[in-house]
Amino acid sequence: MKRLNIAFICIISLVLVSVAGAGTLDDVRARGYLKAGVNGDLFGFSKPDKNGEWKGLDVDAAKAVAAAVFGDATKVQFTTLTAVQRLPAVQSGEVDVLCRNTTVTLSRETKNALNFVHPNYYDGQGFLVSKKLGVKSAKDLDGATVCVLPGTTTEMNVADYFRGQGMDWKPVVIEKTAELAKAFFAGRCDVLTSDASQLAGARAIAQTPTDYEILPEIISKEPLAPVVKHGDDQWYDIVNWTIMAMIQAEEFGITSQNVDKMLKSKKPDIKRFLGVTPGMGAQLGLDNKWAYNIVKQVGNYGESFDRTVGPNTPLRLQRGLNALWTEGGLMYASPIR
Amino acid sequence: MKNSILEEKVPFWLDPDKRAIAYQALTVIMVGLLAWYLISNTLANLERQNIASGFGFMDKEAGFEIGESLIPYSAADSYARALVVGILNTLKVSVLGIALCLVLGVFVGISRLSDNWLVKKLAGIYIEVMQNIPILLQLFFWYALFYEALPPVKQALNPFPGMYLCNRGVIMAAPVSHPAHVYMFIAFGLGIVGALILKSWAWRRLTSSGKDFPVFWTSLGIIIGLPFLIWLLFGAPHTMDVPKLKGFNFKGGLMLSPEFIALLLGLVIYTSAFVAEIVRAGIQAIDRGQTEAAMSLGLKKSLILNLVILPQALRVIIPPLTSQMLNLLKNSSLAIAIGYPDFVSVANTTINITGQSIEGVALIMGCYLMFSLTTSLFMNWYNKKSQLVER
Repeated sequence: MKRLNIAFICIISLVLVSVAGAGTLDDVRARGYLKAGVNGDLFGFSKPDKNGEWKGLDVDAAKAVAAAVFGDATKVQFTTLTAVQRLPAVQSGEVDVLCRNTTVTLSRETKNALNFVHPNYYDGQGFLVSKKLGVKSAKDLDGATVCVLPGTTTEMNVADYFRGQGMDWKPVVIEKTAELAKAFFAGRCDVLTSDASQLAGARAIAQTPTDYEILPEIISKEPLAPVVKHGDDQWYDIVNWTIMAMIQAEEFGITSQNVDKMLKSKKPDIKRFLGVTPGMGAQLGLDNKWAYNIVKQVGNYGESFDRTVGPNTPLRLQRGLNALWTEGGLMYASPIR
Repeated sequence: MKNSILEEKVPFWLDPDKRAIAYQALTVIMVGLLAWYLISNTLANLERQNIASGFGFMDKEAGFEIGESLIPYSAADSYARALVVGILNTLKVSVLGIALCLVLGVFVGISRLSDNWLVKKLAGIYIEVMQNIPILLQLFFWYALFYEALPPVKQALNPFPGMYLCNRGVIMAAPVSHPAHVYMFIAFGLGIVGALILKSWAWRRLTSSGKDFPVFWTSLGIIIGLPFLIWLLFGAPHTMDVPKLKGFNFKGGLMLSPEFIALLLGLVIYTSAFVAEIVRAGIQAIDRGQTEAAMSLGLKKSLILNLVILPQALRVIIPPLTSQMLNLLKNSSLAIAIGYPDFVSVANTTINITGQSIEGVALIMGCYLMFSLTTSLFMNWYNKKSQLVER
């Protein structure tokens, strides 16, 4: 028995030693697939469809990273994480990248030792209520019971908001997004608060979506971005420029349909982007076809948006802040050169 | 290890005693090294990733609300206070849960041994079903049942005057706080102490003179009568805080949230099935001859159970019972699944906001260790006390 114990201790020590290895890119390559943390419950952002295939804006971001690293967008293993689990999962290296509607904040970048890349969705916190309530503004919510996810910026914002307005309220915090929405639709709380996009997602799967409305007040800025952990600059660059590449592709007018034709483009910036003129991918430690693979297999940002959350999906979200900068939005990719 | 007796002078590596010491020392050294390795590794990693460490965050403003609390709390209070709120919520549901679970468990356990066929079968079904459905599922079930089965707040059921049932919980009228309540509470405590003294006096009288004394009814009289007397002395204050529907919710009265009720129900029903089996096993462990001997003395059935069977069965029952109580306490941490703000839920939120997982998890582990040790300390003391005293 004791000999067993000692053997066990030795094995553990060995495992622990071998964990501290090379950079994330090497780890991911050696493993053969990317480990991405996602919500898993959030319609439009990340949720398996009827056939069990992962669909959503966040899912596309993770697939794009896999396309850039492996040239194969399918080499992703998705892990569903709750709001409470998500940040420790990145810190501990349980996932290589977190694509899970997570708001960029100062504390998370410093105290939590994380790095957020370029946002893939600009959001703001709103309130979803039943039309039967007859409430027209968030200022009428004094004394309301509010359903909110624990461990989110939303939970703190709503406390700030009600405190600032001098209004009384009661929280109901449930960890699972689906359970929380169920409680709201059953009338356990008067208000569901979250990022407006999530409210749209929740409303889209309600039995009668028209019974609910989102109040006009948007009480916060919620830039949602993929996250990697501190201390691996190369990996940060890869994830960051993957998002940039999707935005840049839309700006160039390159889509998954016309990307092969675009390879013959005369424009030097497009030739650099698609790897016809080599160099850009190599600087990231990737194949020069990295951006080509992203666009070919996942699509540009606009395509991804329209497919997952856009006006023609059940979420019916307008581009708004998430339009390209050339069309009055905030989506602006730094030059790829 | 075996042949050490044969030799005159045993080399120390063949001496089982010395070898045992050496193995233990080696184990301690290995564990110590491992601990040192883990801790220094963690600290180095935290340093490298620039993650703040230490408990300095405890007095900072928490900034999040908590749904229910035994002490006043707002988002402007500190993390430390938020955590205390969580601890009190955990204790509230655990202490109440353990008390109810004991009552229900003993009842079902005895029912299973009943002579009545229907009662016996019903108790059996209850035990089999409740033991074998995972507690998390039971929690979801009770919670969903609560908010799906009951009407929304505007159409709350009103079974008795001053009591409302809706998917926001059970709301009851409660007495408006009055100075008399403190004294009534003290009187209640004195009543219990009085009843205990009375019981030991009655037992001594019974054993020395053989005269019986109605301990149960007198004790009940003292425990209820004393507070009632105090209440009358203060002029019988009876203003009630009646809940009224105002705006979104009921205002006033006493409110039990669906989360609390669902968690309590789930814990009590699940654990009581195990307690029932322990009670049944305990009773069956007592030789049939004991019952027959008591019957031949002409004792009533209830007296046989109370004076002969249960006191002996307790010795068998208490140790496994302790572990069920600990289970209930630990299972209360499933609260987060249905939104009851227990200690783990509050600590998790704190960890998430501050990013200080190690401190947070250390706090959670420390607190549960404390709860568990206190419970088992008390139960071990009780176990010693109820063990057979040989004369």
